[in-house]
Formats: sequence, C-alpha cells, structure tokens
Amino acid sequence: MINLRRKTRDLAVLDGRRRVGLDSIMTALSFVLLLVIVVTPISMIVYHAFFHQGQFSLDLIIDQFTRDTTVSAMWNTIKIAILVTIFGTIVGVFYAWLLGRSNIPGKKLMRFLFTIPYMFPPFLGAMAWDLLLNGRSGYLNRWLMKTFGLSSAPFNINTVWGIVFVELSYYFPFVFMQVVSALERMDPTLEESARIAGAKQGTVIWKITLPLVRPAISSGALLILISSLAHFGVPSILGFSQGIFTLPTRIYAVIARSGGSFEGIRQGAALSILLVAVVALALWIQQRVLRSGGYDIIKGKSMRPTVINLRGARIPLFILALTTLVVIVLVPLGMIFLVALVRAYGLPLIPANFTLANYQRIFTASGTLESIKNSMILSLSAGVITMLLGTMVAYVVQKIRPRGSSVLEIMSVLPYSIPGTVLAIGVILAWSGSLGLNLYNTLWIILVAYIARYLSFSMKTSSAALLQVHPSLEEAARTCGASHTESLRDITLPLIRPAMVSGFFLIFLPAMREVTTSVLLYGPYTRTLGVQIYSLRDAGMMPQASALGSVAIVLIIVVNSIVNALNQTRKGV
Amino acid sequence: MAQVQVELRHVTKKFTTKTLGDIVAVDDFSFQVYEGECFSILGPSGCGKTTCLRMIAGFEDLTEGEIYLSGRPVSSSKANLYVPPEERDLGMVFQAFAVWPHMTVFENVAFPLRIRKVNRAEVERRVKQALQHTSLAGLEDVYPSDLSGGQQQRIALARAIVTKPKVMLLDEPLSNLDPHLRETMRFELKELQRKLGFTIIFVTHDQSEAMAISDRMLVADMGKIMQIDTPENLYNRPINRFVHSFLGESTFLKVVIKDGQVYAEGDLEQPLGVAPPPDAEPEMILATRPNAIEITGDTGYQSRIETRIFLTDRTEYLIPLGSQKVKVQTPHRIAFSQGDSCRVRFVDPMWYPVEDSDAEKERARRQLI
Repeated sequence: MINLRRKTRDLAVLDGRRRVGLDSIMTALSFVLLLVIVVTPISMIVYHAFFHQGQFSLDLIIDQFTRDTTVSAMWNTIKIAILVTIFGTIVGVFYAWLLGRSNIPGKKLMRFLFTIPYMFPPFLGAMAWDLLLNGRSGYLNRWLMKTFGLSSAPFNINTVWGIVFVELSYYFPFVFMQVVSALERMDPTLEESARIAGAKQGTVIWKITLPLVRPAISSGALLILISSLAHFGVPSILGFSQGIFTLPTRIYAVIARSGGSFEGIRQGAALSILLVAVVALALWIQQRVLRSGGYDIIKGKSMRPTVINLRGARIPLFILALTTLVVIVLVPLGMIFLVALVRAYGLPLIPANFTLANYQRIFTASGTLESIKNSMILSLSAGVITMLLGTMVAYVVQKIRPRGSSVLEIMSVLPYSIPGTVLAIGVILAWSGSLGLNLYNTLWIILVAYIARYLSFSMKTSSAALLQVHPSLEEAARTCGASHTESLRDITLPLIRPAMVSGFFLIFLPAMREVTTSVLLYGPYTRTLGVQIYSLRDAGMMPQASALGSVAIVLIIVVNSIVNALNQTRKGV
Repeated sequence: MAQVQVELRHVTKKFTTKTLGDIVAVDDFSFQVYEGECFSILGPSGCGKTTCLRMIAGFEDLTEGEIYLSGRPVSSSKANLYVPPEERDLGMVFQAFAVWPHMTVFENVAFPLRIRKVNRAEVERRVKQALQHTSLAGLEDVYPSDLSGGQQQRIALARAIVTKPKVMLLDEPLSNLDPHLRETMRFELKELQRKLGFTIIFVTHDQSEAMAISDRMLVADMGKIMQIDTPENLYNRPINRFVHSFLGESTFLKVVIKDGQVYAEGDLEQPLGVAPPPDAEPEMILATRPNAIEITGDTGYQSRIETRIFLTDRTEYLIPLGSQKVKVQTPHRIAFSQGDSCRVRFVDPMWYPVEDSDAEKERARRQLI
C-alpha cells in the first residue's frame, strides 16, 4: 500500500515525516537561516521607510519622492536601462545570427571572445573608457585635440549616452548567448519548409527564424533591462563628475554625503523603495512575457542548422565583428594595463614613461594588500557557505518538500531581484546594532550581504542537479542497507558534487569583483578589492587604480580558466 | 508511357568530413519518376536516401550529374546550374512536421500563397480547400502546439499541397506518428494523390511502409542503388542478399553444389532436393522467406523439429540442415511437436554468391557520419 501511495515521491518525504532526524533539522535550519539572512534586512528597509520612531509616517517617502533629484535619477535610470536594452538586444541578436548561422570565419574563437565581457567587471570597463574618453582629460580626446587643433573634446563619455555605451558592451552577451544557442538548436526543417514554400533566404530570416527565436530574444532583453536598472558601477564612475545620477548611484550619494548617518540611511531606504518598485515592475513584465512564450523549436534528431553563405559580405562583416571585439574587449583591457604602467596620469602612453612603480606601490601599501586579502577571504567563505546553504535549501525544497517549501524557495531567490544597493542598506539597518547585534565595520556584515546576494545562484544550480538524481538511486542504496544519512552521504552528495563546485565558482567570481554592496558596507579595515580600486580612482590615483584593476583582471582570468578546466573533466550530473 | 516528372542522371554527392575523410553519400544515382507515380527511396540510415531527396529539393548541391524537374534542369554540374529550393515549385513534408509554431493553422497553410502574392480572396479559397482535403476544416485559427502530432502532420501536408505542386517530396513523414495513425495517414496520402494527381517521392527506412504506398521502389545501400522495381518483384526477386534481407524476414543457407545436386553445408550425404541455378558456382547462398519453406510434404530434406515457438499469428520452427539451422514459419493449423521428424522443401528460392565481409565494415563506417 505504502508503495502505491508514494509512487513518484522521494523516500525523503516519508523519512521527513516519520521522525525527528537529519531532514527535519535541515528543514528547520533552512527556514531560520533564510529568515535571518534574507527576510530581516528586507523587512528593515520597509520598516524604516514607513515608520519613524515607531510611528507610521509617509513624510519621508513623500519628501524623498518629490525631490527633483529623485525624479531626475528615476528618469535617468529608466532611460539608460531602456536604451541599453534596445541597443544591447540589437547587437546581441545581430552577432548571435552572424556567429550562429553564417559562414563567417573564426566562428568558434569569436564566440568565446564575445562572452568575455560577461566575466569582466563593468566598473573596470567604465574606468578604462573614462581614461580614454573623459570629456576633459581622456587620452584619446587630448590626442585628437592636439593633432587636429580642436578647441573642445570631440567625445565625452561622461554622458547618459556614454553610460549606455559602456553598459551595453557588458550586457549584450545576455541576449547573444541565449539567441545563439536557440539558433543552433533550432530544427533546420522549419526554415527549409519555408524555402520549399517559395520564400527567399531573406524572407525566411524575417518571417521564420527571428519570430521563432523571439522568446530567447525577449528573455535575454529583460535580463538586460533588470540588470541595468539595478546597476551601480558604470553610472557611478561615469556620471558622478557630471551630476548624472541613477537611482542606485543617488542612493549611494545620499548615504555617502551624510557620512553614514542614520538619517542618510533612512533616506536611502526610502529611495530603495522606489528602486525596488521600478525593478519589480520590470520583473512583473518579465514573468508575463516568459509565461506567454516559448515555442518548441527543437525537434527530433539533432541536425546541423542551415549555414548561410554571406558571399561578398563575408569579409566586411568579419572585419565589423573584429572591430566590435577590439572596441569592447581589447581597448578597455589595453587601457587598464597601459595606464597601470604610466608614471603619472596624463603622461603620454609611450615606453619612456613606463614604470613598475605603481605595482610596487600597491603591493607595499597596506590598504591595498589588505583589500586583496579581504576579498579573497570574503569570496572564499561566501562561496563555501552560500554553496552549502544553497544546496541544503535546494535539498529541502526539492526532496523533503515540507509544508511551506514554496515559501522557502521564494525566500532564497528573492535577493536576486533586489538591487545590491538596496540589499546593502537593509543589511546596515539590520546588523548595525538596532537588533542587538552590531557587525558594522567588520567583514561579517559584508559576508552576510554576499551570502544573501548570491544564495539564489547556488540554490538554482543545486536544485537543477538534485532534480536529475532519480529517487531510485537513493532507494537502491536504502535497499542495500544504507540508512538515509548514509545514502545521502554516499550517493546523493557525490552525484551533485560537480554542480556544487560550479555553484561555488558562480559565487566566488562575482564576489571577487563585487563593488555595489561593499562600497556601502566597508569600514576602515574592511575594504574589498573592488572598493579599493574604486577609492584609488576617486582619489585621482588613476595609475594605481589601473594597476590594481589589472591584478583583479588577471585573478579573474586565472580562476575562470580553472573553472573551464574543471568543467571539461566533470562527471556526474 | 506517362510523362517523366523527375529525373536524375548520374548524380553523385561527396562530403568531406574531418574524421572520416571523403564519403560518397550518393554514388551515381540515375532514375526516372513518372507523372502520378508514388516512388519510394528505401534503405538503412547512411544509404544516401535523405541526401538524394535533399538534392532534388535543392537543399544540397550535387558533386556530379544532373537533376531534371518536369524536363527542366534544376541542378547540373556540367552547366554549373543550381536552382534554389524556392524556385523549384515542389511540395515537401518533413519527418519532424516543421509547422511554424508562431503561426496559426491558416497562416501556416497560407504562407506559400502569400509569398507568391496571391490575392486575398484566392488565398482564402485555396487554404480552405487544402484544409478540407486534409480534414482540418474548422481549425484555421488554432496554433499548431494545441494540436496532435497527426494533425500537425496534416498541416504540413496542407501547406505542401496548397500551391498544387506537381511533385511532392516526403521525408519519412509518418515515422513520428504512432503505428495506428501511421496507417490512417498512409491511406489518406494515397487518397489525396489520387484526387490531386501529384507525383510522390517518398523516403523511408521502413520497408513495409514503402511497400504499402509505392508503385515502384528504389532500394539503396551505402550510397549505391541496389535495385529499382515494383514492391512485388522486390520482395519475390531481390537482386542480392542485402535487398533480400532488407525487404523482409529472410532465411539464408550456405550450400554446396556438386554433380548437379545441392547440399546444405555440413551434410554432403543427403541432397536438399532443389534444382541448382543455371550459372551455379560450387558454393552459394540459398535465400528464401521463412514462410515459403514447406515442411508438410513427403519430399525434401529429412530432418526433425528442434525448437517450436508459438507466436500470435504463426508458429515458428527451428530445423537443423547440416551444420546450419533454418527458421520456418507456418500457420497455427500446421502443428508439429518438438522432436517430430519432417521433410524440408524449398520452393523457388533465390541464389546469391557468398558475400565478402568488407561490406559490413563499410556500412558501420558510414553510420558514423
């Protein structure tokens, strides 16, 4: 009878209900930890935005929302996000088609190169473009003015359009990667039947191919929209000097200006409500769009998709793609590495002016070394803790399925949709004494923020892996005489270990270059790598900031190669 | 004689692969398909049948030879001519249906007409007609994903017939359907062909399907044409051992021919009692169908029933002949028991030379493509 009842269920469901054991402990722990780590900071923001000294009051909200600076920041946020989304989508779809479906040379290598911006920290890119195209002191601007005797700088990156340009060069891979894989897995007979029906190649692209990958395009585009709305790095580096603010940078400015006072943080909390509302609207649209869409375009056996001969346009388009790569990948990278070598910012970038002194300085200055150490400690511990926590929550949600498991799931992915700036404010409000625990100015507060921020990453990878572990595998272990704990230890965990490892790196890598939350949470001795680069630049020490930036880039590349090597030798699910 | 609708003259297609070197996917194919005929191309995977169809459709160019549609050259290596698929005026139905999920049934079927700039009233009229022919009337505004596999394949069929093409190319159109539906669709397809009079070129690896639907069939193996004939002749008079085994259950017996008598290998005492072929070699393969062997008569090779297997629609016996065993199928009413003695007589068998084993290796290599 029992067997009939639990036909498709996991043994874990029965175990969890039968006795107090490992499963109930994990369930309880998951709820408690998520309440503390995720729900507390978020509720604190809502509380402080609407309550003042225990009294409900809309004064703060009304005051903040009606200020001109808020309104203009909101419009900038929306304007930039929409422009980045539109142009990022166009660029992403164009190159996805070119590399997925045409006979352009060097496809494999270019596909890899086009995903580089994805792992490159955007604020470093913004820094590089600022060095090159700053309206007053950019290298290229000054060279052009000198060479052609211009009276004013021909380019200015410190504008809304400049911000759009830099953000889009880092966000278009969202669309690119989604669409290129949709194009490659698409059943080629869908297009062939249109040819047989009498349509020319161009007509097929417009009437069949593009409409069929539209779901992939829109999901990538919405990812760009949401990321850009919450984005802090690029507008903060390019916009501050010209008074161009977006909501995340305005929140940062309000708090920085108040010197971290409680009043400043309250104002930040009120603005956060507005930012969350804007992002929530975008998320709502995302849910609607994603629910409506999705065609089954992958059918039958895998066949190679139709490759279109570009004929005469092959070489010009190849050159265009190369140029794009040079502009979005090589130029910023080159700028960072060159300026890192120059004796003083502003000196021409020629070997005579080169020195290694900047590296010497950053490695001897205690603050910089400490920031690298801090980032290492934070990323490693956030990676390990979050990976374990995420796997536990995933196990509870997928296998134990207690009452309220959907609440658990929502709690774990909630921080993903909360902008980093907002999360930081919540963490400050929750963990700087008001609840009896003061972590402010310690690494702990940054760690707690990282865990909340990246929890959804490990939760998602581990969930996907656990879903692949068929219940019969654990059942087989149980019939062999293993206890629930033993089968968990010897069967389930080893099977999902590769997913846990990649979950770790999914957290470790972005944590290494994190700047959005740490810039609000750091204290005198708890600067992170990102924060240190940011403040060196803020202090006008461009060459040192670049030197440290180049160190960060090398670190990221090394870790990424390790990840790729690991992924290639990976076994299990 | 009816008019030639499709003609291939010495068509060859070579692919160059990185791992396996040059592969001749289609090697010197020549055949003619007549107006109103249903012509099947049959063979195991890797035999070149799909490549052949794709060359007729214009999705692949050929390496050598010429293809003619209604007397007009569409591909020719000599004239360096290649007409793109959209200008060949064909209908085609694919294995995975390939109906466009972002268009309604009506839009799917209207697409070929809209591309041809047919006026709106005419589009309405012809789509309606095509949908009636394929029993889809009333489903105009439905999206394909809401329909069953059989209905989706009917949309593909309606879309293919709506422009009234003279030639219809079918690339395993029934193999994604369940067996019952497959039979119904097969019947409907023939019915439609009778009504509209188009020519069918039908590619499949399923011999019973090909036999049921075809007027003539081409059997190919490893890029070469083996035999072109009617289903009856192919089944009864296969030209070689491959065609024999591909078209149905086969019994092959190694025999030795000595002094005008045929002996099963391993027993040179008792002749089989069949007349050897006129051009007999000392060693040959005797081929027949398990249901064409008689075991109830008084003449033939004296043996006994070794194994008896009772199946739903027939009984099978394994009977030793020299060092080999033959499988015999009989209706249930012929009931032997295990160990019973019987006389085995071959009726009108086929004779093939002893085959070399390299052919098997080549087949395995081609499967990898």
